[in-house]
Amino acid sequence: MKIVEDSRPVLTALDRPNSYIGRSVPRPNLQRLTQGRGQYVSDVNLPRMAHVAYVRSPHAHARIVKIATDAAKKAPVVIAVVTSAELAKVMTPWVGVLTHLKGLKSAPQSPLAVDRACWQGEAVCAVVARSRAEAEDACELVEVRYEELPAVTDPEVALDRKTPVIHASLGDNLCFERKLDVGAVDKALAESDAIVEATFRFGRHTGVTTEPRAVVADWNEGEQRMTVYHGTQAPHMMQNLFAKHLGIAEHQVRVVTKDVGGSFGIKVHTYADEMATVALSKLLKRPVKFVADRIESFVTDIHARDHRIKAKIGVSKDGTINAFEIDDLTGIGPYSVYPRTSGIEANQIVNLTGGPYKCPNYRALARVVFQNKNVMCQYRAVGHPIAVAVTEGLVELAAAKIGMDPLELRRRNLIPDDAYPTQSAAGLKFELLSHHEALAHLDAMMNYAGLRAEQKRLREKAIYRGIGFASFIEVTNPSAAFYGVGGARITSMDGATVKLDAQGAIIVHTGVTEQGQGAEAVVAQCVASSFGVPIEKVRVVTGDTDNTPYGGGTWASRAAGIGGEAAWQAGKALRANVVAVAASILQAKPEDLDIRNGIVVDKQTGTERLPLDELARVAYFRPDTLPPGFQAELMVTRHYVPRAWPFAFTNGIQGSYLEVDTDTGFVKLLKHWCVEDCGTIINPQLVDEQIRGGVVQGIGAALFEHCLYDERGQMLNGNMADYLVPMAAEMPDIECGHVVSPTADSELGAKGAGEAGTAGAPGSVMNAINDALRPLGAQPLTDMPFTPDKILRALGKV
Amino acid sequence: MSHRALDISLTVNGERVQERVDARKTLVDFLREDLLLTGSHVGCEHGVCGACTVRVNGEITRGCLMLAVQCDGAKVETIEGLSDSGEVADLQAAFEQRNALQCGYCTPGMLATAQDLLKRTKNVPSREQIRAHISGNYCRCTGYHAIVDAVEAVAQARAGARK
Repeated sequence: MKIVEDSRPVLTALDRPNSYIGRSVPRPNLQRLTQGRGQYVSDVNLPRMAHVAYVRSPHAHARIVKIATDAAKKAPVVIAVVTSAELAKVMTPWVGVLTHLKGLKSAPQSPLAVDRACWQGEAVCAVVARSRAEAEDACELVEVRYEELPAVTDPEVALDRKTPVIHASLGDNLCFERKLDVGAVDKALAESDAIVEATFRFGRHTGVTTEPRAVVADWNEGEQRMTVYHGTQAPHMMQNLFAKHLGIAEHQVRVVTKDVGGSFGIKVHTYADEMATVALSKLLKRPVKFVADRIESFVTDIHARDHRIKAKIGVSKDGTINAFEIDDLTGIGPYSVYPRTSGIEANQIVNLTGGPYKCPNYRALARVVFQNKNVMCQYRAVGHPIAVAVTEGLVELAAAKIGMDPLELRRRNLIPDDAYPTQSAAGLKFELLSHHEALAHLDAMMNYAGLRAEQKRLREKAIYRGIGFASFIEVTNPSAAFYGVGGARITSMDGATVKLDAQGAIIVHTGVTEQGQGAEAVVAQCVASSFGVPIEKVRVVTGDTDNTPYGGGTWASRAAGIGGEAAWQAGKALRANVVAVAASILQAKPEDLDIRNGIVVDKQTGTERLPLDELARVAYFRPDTLPPGFQAELMVTRHYVPRAWPFAFTNGIQGSYLEVDTDTGFVKLLKHWCVEDCGTIINPQLVDEQIRGGVVQGIGAALFEHCLYDERGQMLNGNMADYLVPMAAEMPDIECGHVVSPTADSELGAKGAGEAGTAGAPGSVMNAINDALRPLGAQPLTDMPFTPDKILRALGKV
Repeated sequence: MSHRALDISLTVNGERVQERVDARKTLVDFLREDLLLTGSHVGCEHGVCGACTVRVNGEITRGCLMLAVQCDGAKVETIEGLSDSGEVADLQAAFEQRNALQCGYCTPGMLATAQDLLKRTKNVPSREQIRAHISGNYCRCTGYHAIVDAVEAVAQARAGARK
């Protein structure tokens, strides 16, 4: 293990003579984006393409009595007005369950609401017209008669006997429940010197991708094929789902994903309106485009979080953590989202709470209930921000209660760095983590002692600054244990196909996808390094199920660790094939040759023997000059799937330094630090930028972002003026540091880094706010987002 | 649903354009749908996120808050024009080097806004000034730090070149 400074390249055993592993090379696909020459699905324009707009339920829960479409159908530029009954002829409904989440249940969901709308914003009727504007005009001519039904909105009463059951066929409003009881929690609590109890609340929020969800579906009746241009993270998963519910074979579906304007987990689910758009294309035999507008995004993009957790920690005077206990309740809307389900976030919270610590006593209850609000599902760092904020919130409250420094309490309880392999109380298996090293690095990087001194000095001037921390673990590189074992056709494997072109350049097709994380750069770096060419000679192709190897795509911090390893292995395999060709041309032994910087060289001396363009010329155009029986194989495919561990856990710690204005309740973020350990760092700059972007999304959750609903299930702030996301002026500079503990499961040793920032930021900001307000006797704030009014209330000022 | 079409004539990226447009059509929809200049993006459609930022008569403008018919006689510049003229080449290079974009959807608007700041300020703006100026352009990917770094680096380079 070694510490890597911010953005400094790291040398590892993976270094070949022209290795790009550990180097901050710029992403190959950036120029088209900076020039405005990307191709987002919103930009796609096909011949005969029509546009669909959806009539959406204004009610949270209502029976659909009648849909009168005559007037809309007569509008001059309207192509079709379609209701659920017609769409049912081309598309079957789906149910969002996974068998490994035992007992999880949900109701069938259709592309358009059938008989009943179950949340405000659910699509009930489709209007297809020449343009989106004209489709929206005609939506106003569709008359839907609703009979409003009682809306179940408060998760706290969703399971009460007198609360209406949303789906009668399910018997109750319970989607999923999980209980865990490990060690002897009651005994450990009874023997503790101090117990802290708190109720943590996490506001419902959403991803707000700058490009809304978008899909263009193009059914070619002549080819009997469906091409879907889709802003998705998982093209092969969607290929399967489109085929399955259209009742056609997978090879009849092609999903094409070029540029995607933000994803963050929002674009990895099945959306009824997108499924309806695909079904409409089949029905109408022409391309149909749907791009959500911003209001549609707010009421239909998956929401996340919205958990209420009653939590307890017991500690001894010496700081030993004796037990954790949590009771989690979350409302997930009227359906479990297909195919990943809406039980995963609660399940993750049960798995992850207390995860960094050696405490053996842990009890958890998680209940997931249905309600008449927009659906909830997996958004960046699924469950982590909640589990981390609860765990770390308890840790710092306990430290305050027994009068111990919060870093010191962590030092006494974090799993020791030499204890691996080991597992957590919840049963998570850890290959190799570095909590203590990371903590020590953060302590030094932020000059903790200096900040404490400054804080003390300023308090005397009635300036209230706070320092907060959050240690965390992160699930990355998931194996089939995540979804595959539960019956979902979501592969945990990924592949890379690498070929030498006729001029000696390398073309890579990869199953992982790019939504800005830098997957293309990482794949190019891996192939350039393992094959041996300058990175400028590598072109990466992603996002096309007709052309890329089968793969999971980009989610759960898997693209670098899994897709990168497949690319690394493919590059190596192609190198062996190309060296064999060179050996036959040069009449040398393959083991005496290597490829470096795009040239076949003598392995020992590095003497140049044959440039790749010449090798390619011979292999492709003068194969007659090669020895009889020798066949050059200049394209290879390799796959990789993690097998040794269900997940490659990473770890880290974040620190937040901020100032609270006790007159206005405003929080000014001064600086944020994150030290994390994602194993081998392929591209330090990309890792740091994943961390920084993730931290800011976590800060959004802590301070601003909240989907506000009234008691009738109406979303009150579904626009970007009222739903606040972080702006540049209110964000701090973020300093990153690294510890490197590679996974031995792959040759590269890379783990994921995409969600660490979001996992730890909310908890560290919460702890810093409470640290700032502690001398004023404020009640601890545990209800995110921490808006100025909540802070003033905690101070007793309003 | 009554809408009227009007004839407009304007300059877009230096080219003269004459089109008949719906009176209700926004500038950004006109650019994207009628002229197929898809570099300007639609994010929030009500003037908050800045993804549709273009330059109209030299001033940065929300393409979603201005109607196409209001641009009759105007000089409109989009990212395609700013790119091809080389005006923002140094900013683009800095964004690429510093990874100051991830998904890239906000980037055309962000570049136009950053260029606006750099044209207005004689001295190198502080990080706080940069942050304040780009606060009307939302980025969900980067967390802004890298964007501030890139803009600051270009400001310093341009100031150095002026000396």
